[in-house]
Amino acid sequence: MRIEYFQLIDRITALNLADHTIKTEALVPTTSTIFEGHFPGYPLMPGVLLIESMAQTAGWLIVAERRFESMPFLASLKEVKLRTFVTPGSQLSLSANLVHDGSGFAVTKAEGRFEDKIICDATITFRIMPFPNAQFRTSMQQVAERLAFPMEAIGNG
Amino acid sequence: MSSTFETVANIIAETCDIPRDTIKPESHAIDDLGIDSLDFLDIAFAIDKAFGIKLPLEQWTQEVNDGKATTEQYFVLNNLCARIDGLVAAKGA
Repeated sequence: MRIEYFQLIDRITALNLADHTIKTEALVPTTSTIFEGHFPGYPLMPGVLLIESMAQTAGWLIVAERRFESMPFLASLKEVKLRTFVTPGSQLSLSANLVHDGSGFAVTKAEGRFEDKIICDATITFRIMPFPNAQFRTSMQQVAERLAFPMEAIGNG
Repeated sequence: MSSTFETVANIIAETCDIPRDTIKPESHAIDDLGIDSLDFLDIAFAIDKAFGIKLPLEQWTQEVNDGKATTEQYFVLNNLCARIDGLVAAKGA
């Protein structure tokens, strides 16, 4: 998890375009300036970052579904539940599935788990737009490589 | 058409908390009902589900932006319902 770059996913562990599902991993860092303020003497992963972790997981699924031709942008959240505290050093497993592939938007459901226990879940809607420029698309492909994005999955999907 | 309008009007009323009796076939979703683009995503999702179709919002937006169509053609409700009926018919053809 690269909190300082707002890149919260470490690795894509599974991608299945037939089932429209994705799984990712994210390790909450043991130290971060965020924990100095949230909270002093009682460090907790901020809930908004758990939401963002789910959104990035679902977002990568949409990037895969659209074969890097367009970019999902977070549009709305429903039924968000933050079920338990998450502390530094926690290894999170996240997953998402596509609920609806609309024209210019997509609806997904995502959840996060720690030691097999659900810690957060949400229904997340994205606007889907063409990449605003080539540099952005290239940077996403570079991040995808770092995340072990399975390119063969979209080639065969 | 009438049942299509009833379904769409009910979706709009529930999604946007707009009194059902203010939603007319001649209402413009944006100009008259004040529905913004984010709310329209929820409406499109509900319409897609209810009718088993995929409203081509990207194509419509492009046509409006290119000056090839007006928003009235797509977002006045009786026009929207006619397009939904067309999509449903095309799906069954």
